[in-house]
Amino acid sequence: MALLDQKNNNVSITVFILCCVHTIMTRKENGWQEHREDFQRIPELAINPLGDRIINAFFPEGEDQVNFRGFMRTLAHFRPIEDNEKSKDQNGPEPLNSRSNKLHFAFRLYDLDKDDKISRDELLQVLRMMVGVNISDEQLGSIADRTIQEADQDGDSAISFAEFVKVLEKVDVEQKMSIRFLH
Amino acid sequence: MSLMSGYVKLRYTDGFQPSETQEFAHAIKFDIRCAISLKRRLTSTGTTSNCFQFSSCLVLFHIHRPSSFAQFSFAPRAARFGLPPRSSPRCRPVGGVYSRTRSLPCRPYPRLRPLPTPQRPGRSGSPMRGGAGASQVGTAWLAVVFGLIIVPSALGISLGISEAYMWVLVKTLEWATIRLQKGAKKPQPQMPRTPTANGIIERDETPMEKEISLLHRADFEFSHIFYFCRKGFEAIVEDEVTQRFSSEELLSWNLLTRTNVNFHYISLRLTVVWVIGVIVRYCFLLPLRFTLAAIGIISMIVGTTAVGQLPNGRVKNYLSEVVHLTCSRILVRALSGTIHYHNKENRPQKGGICVANHTSPIDAIILTNDGCYAMVGQVHGGLMGIIQRATVKACPHVWFERSEIKDRHLVTKRLREHVADKTKLPILIFPEGTCINNTSVMMFKKGSFEIGGTIYPVAIKYDPQFGDAFWNSSKYNIVSYLLRIMTSWAIVCNVWYLPPMVRKEGEDAVQFANRVRSAIARQGGLTELPWDGGLKRAKVKDTFKEEQQKNYSKMLVRNGSVGSLNAETESD
Repeated sequence: MALLDQKNNNVSITVFILCCVHTIMTRKENGWQEHREDFQRIPELAINPLGDRIINAFFPEGEDQVNFRGFMRTLAHFRPIEDNEKSKDQNGPEPLNSRSNKLHFAFRLYDLDKDDKISRDELLQVLRMMVGVNISDEQLGSIADRTIQEADQDGDSAISFAEFVKVLEKVDVEQKMSIRFLH
Repeated sequence: MSLMSGYVKLRYTDGFQPSETQEFAHAIKFDIRCAISLKRRLTSTGTTSNCFQFSSCLVLFHIHRPSSFAQFSFAPRAARFGLPPRSSPRCRPVGGVYSRTRSLPCRPYPRLRPLPTPQRPGRSGSPMRGGAGASQVGTAWLAVVFGLIIVPSALGISLGISEAYMWVLVKTLEWATIRLQKGAKKPQPQMPRTPTANGIIERDETPMEKEISLLHRADFEFSHIFYFCRKGFEAIVEDEVTQRFSSEELLSWNLLTRTNVNFHYISLRLTVVWVIGVIVRYCFLLPLRFTLAAIGIISMIVGTTAVGQLPNGRVKNYLSEVVHLTCSRILVRALSGTIHYHNKENRPQKGGICVANHTSPIDAIILTNDGCYAMVGQVHGGLMGIIQRATVKACPHVWFERSEIKDRHLVTKRLREHVADKTKLPILIFPEGTCINNTSVMMFKKGSFEIGGTIYPVAIKYDPQFGDAFWNSSKYNIVSYLLRIMTSWAIVCNVWYLPPMVRKEGEDAVQFANRVRSAIARQGGLTELPWDGGLKRAKVKDTFKEEQQKNYSKMLVRNGSVGSLNAETESD
């Protein structure tokens, strides 16, 4: 696992992993494989409008179960970025919880067909998941159009990853996409 | 003076006179009849000699004087005598007369009159099967149980035995905790501490509106998904709901195998204490508790049936209360229950409704230990059905058929009639509908709060250190649950009677239910969760998701994104 292969295996990483292990151990009953139904049994996830997308993020392409390693890799995106890591040597592989990787994770939530572009349809789909039946199609369409118009720089009516990053450059991604463990 | 089960040999010794048979038989606690026939046998052989010998199998009996040696070997089947003797260098059979001094070749011992076939076990006249010993133990056991436990509980007094037991238990567990902490001080590997009541992750409780509207423009932005994403991941790592459907984790091991999740081998002494604990629990406590429970249930059935024959009146009510209280007390002792009742002045009165949080089926017994209630529930089959049918004769419990319970109006009507009658006992209801693991109180179903009348809330909090009372009904069935309860150390709990509550003006049943639930949760030190206990088995309803979606879309529309769009298009 890339996370554990890092040379400076500092305490925070170990603690993060151990806390995750502990979580999983207290919840897992059968083996080390999770299925989609296991996730859907969590009530707070089931009422999340983006619940299905989040669950899909765990499962690699076309597979129906995720093993512990895969689970950890996905969860590792949410590790908080520590200060001492910012200044470490840049030659090693980029950690999963870097700002760029967190943004990439969010990008993948939009980009269903994995073509590295968020098209108008994909954006509409996510919007529809988030608002349910409360906003009409035309209103939603206009919201999507406006959003793409503002973010699109090369005029292809789709958002690439670079444009995505540019739009979110002022947003504190580290704080919004991190889970802090209490120990 | 131990009872030796299995084979016991009395070694034959010199100088054994027939006249000593009586004394000898007395010494080994034989039945006199057997001793007499032995004596007769010896004299019938005309032997004045000292020795005799029987061959073959051995028998159980109680040794009084282990130093008295005499070798008896009895025949295997039905303990008949007279099989060919074993040859012994010291004693050889000579024409029916055995003499030590004469060494003649062995000849078959004359066939003796066989002993009477042993009776069935339980009759004290069958030493061949050790029945005397076992039945005496049985009677002693029952005498102890009756004298020390049943009679005091019937009279409602306490002999202090359970207090002493609890004191020993507490001291042992404290010692075990210290040993565990000492053992855990060794540096590796560093195990994460068990989660505190606040959970293992830092939760950001800012509501959706605040978080999303903090952004510069409150119309849709790509960053809006961060909020949902993080909430989703927090739920995956640690969710509040599903952890309530399994047993609570302990901060320190309480020497029960079943809670040994995170603890590994620490020291030999601890393991030895644990083994002793296992033996004590399974070989001593379990039979004792089982006996008590059986006695309690039987006396409840018999007692309530007997009281049910009486005509309705004050005498019948009084007697039925006595019977219920006594049997409850016996059953509580059967679980080694130590219950502390607080605020007894708020105890539920007649014509009221008693409402409590639900952790296990024994909640009802815990509450009836201190007062009489009319139970509400579904009719079951089997032993439970027998108990239900018997008790309803003595006391007006409300049992519903399975078909009736689906009809909410019928249920409410019947309960309303019961409550309106001020001479009837208060009803006992558990509004959560299912067993929760005693760390939180989940949603109260509003049906009980629509009946009207005064609500008497009761908070029940178990101490998990001594035994986990939670019944995980999706994992264990009732029999294995009862077995676990009876092999725990004890059931210790606190019961708080809260002041009565009535529905306020303009408050609907749901709000009233939430108010009562908050009061119970606050008193018992439990967390409050708005989730339905039915989520143990069922999936969550889609309406909750729709609510979230509605909230989000309200924000989008409210903040004028659509309005500004129209303005833009118009200006173009």
